[in-house]
Amino acid sequence: MPRNLISIQDFSKDEILEVLKMAAEFEKNPSQPIFRDKIVASIFFEPSTRTRLSFETAANRLGARVIGFSDVGNTSVTKGETIKDTIKMVSNYADLIIIRHPLEGSARYASEVSPVPVINAGDGSNQHPSQTLLDLYSIQKTQGSLDNLFINIVGDLKYGRTVHSLLQAMSHFNPRFLFTAPEELKLPNVYKEYLNNRNIPFEETRNLMDGIRESDIIYMTRVQKERFTDPIEYERVKNIYSLTISMLENAKPNMKILHPLPRVNEIALDVDNSDHAYYFDQAKNGVFTRMAIIAKLLGKN
Amino acid sequence: MEKHLKVSAIKNGTVLDHIPADQLFKVIDILGLSSISNQITFGTNLDSKLLGKKAIIKISDRYFENDEINRVALIAPQAKINIIHNFAVVEKRELSIPSTIKGIVKCMNPVCVTNHQPIETVFTTICDKQELQLLCHYCEKITDKDNLKIISNS
Repeated sequence: MPRNLISIQDFSKDEILEVLKMAAEFEKNPSQPIFRDKIVASIFFEPSTRTRLSFETAANRLGARVIGFSDVGNTSVTKGETIKDTIKMVSNYADLIIIRHPLEGSARYASEVSPVPVINAGDGSNQHPSQTLLDLYSIQKTQGSLDNLFINIVGDLKYGRTVHSLLQAMSHFNPRFLFTAPEELKLPNVYKEYLNNRNIPFEETRNLMDGIRESDIIYMTRVQKERFTDPIEYERVKNIYSLTISMLENAKPNMKILHPLPRVNEIALDVDNSDHAYYFDQAKNGVFTRMAIIAKLLGKN
Repeated sequence: MEKHLKVSAIKNGTVLDHIPADQLFKVIDILGLSSISNQITFGTNLDSKLLGKKAIIKISDRYFENDEINRVALIAPQAKINIIHNFAVVEKRELSIPSTIKGIVKCMNPVCVTNHQPIETVFTTICDKQELQLLCHYCEKITDKDNLKIISNS
């Protein structure tokens, strides 16, 4: 059993399924103070309100007490302390460390210098495995199973870390993919090779109308202005990649729309009341999934 | 035809031959030759049937461990290693690319943690399609041959 959760690739298919099963148990009974004797450190070197609150809620629901910081402003990091020294210090106090850091690979490094388990809550644009697990939990919960689904991933497929981790994790479950992205934000070749090596079928399109009818899941991501060199191109793309209620007329009844949030224009407000909208429930699932991750790493079943 | 060595023979030591001429100084860097006290002679832009222009390095009284010399495979996989005793070649060694590389190479990802904190780089080598690629253990990004930068030697 892995001691840390740094990259979704560190968890096998069985380990992923085990976390999802535990998450379902926690959803049935979310108040389980089984770690009243534990202290969890939540150290955020860059602000991320949503992820931090979700993790801290999960820890609190498990009865653990939480210490930490939500940005580096008042810490010794501003005095030039290294990641190693911060982790060594915090691991003297806590039984588990949740780390968010803008540098890629920082969480892996933290796990190597820490004597207590480490959870990666996002290392730059590299990995954010708890997001991936909550995405899988949401998919499983809404579709009944993770197997043999048609997954349409839309938006920034080039830089979006949630997209890359999701396709790696879903690869265990015989999916079919459609990748919908503007030319500038197409899926990098390294991930296409990854899928080809595993014989997982996928198609690419630039048209958001393609594939809505066949999709079991439409996974929307934010198209960020700073990714574009040409501002006019951004304005054009921004308006094209906006899902509206009228586009969903022919969607399958089981189809659900996911989004890691925050959303800007990608999903019109009129979609929120549709049965297909699932992004707010998805965020709520994050707490149960993170309870499961913490419980697994702290070692209780 | 008269046989004349462009770089004179050494009595004892190691000879690295068939180094592509443009990789000579990288090889010097990677083996840390600039900071050792042994006698070193080298020639570059020598004619080579195999490489066009090649370089050769002769290091007196110095022998290398396999994992030390194999680092050269990163930038000059076709280089040949000859061990010299008393002016004679007593052993020829082929280079093989190590499966993991520690230190030596810089990760090309500017936001990789190894470029901002005092951490030794660690890479897994991937030899797909004859193109050497290095997968960073930390940021999980690829550093390819064209972007391979040697960390100048300690």
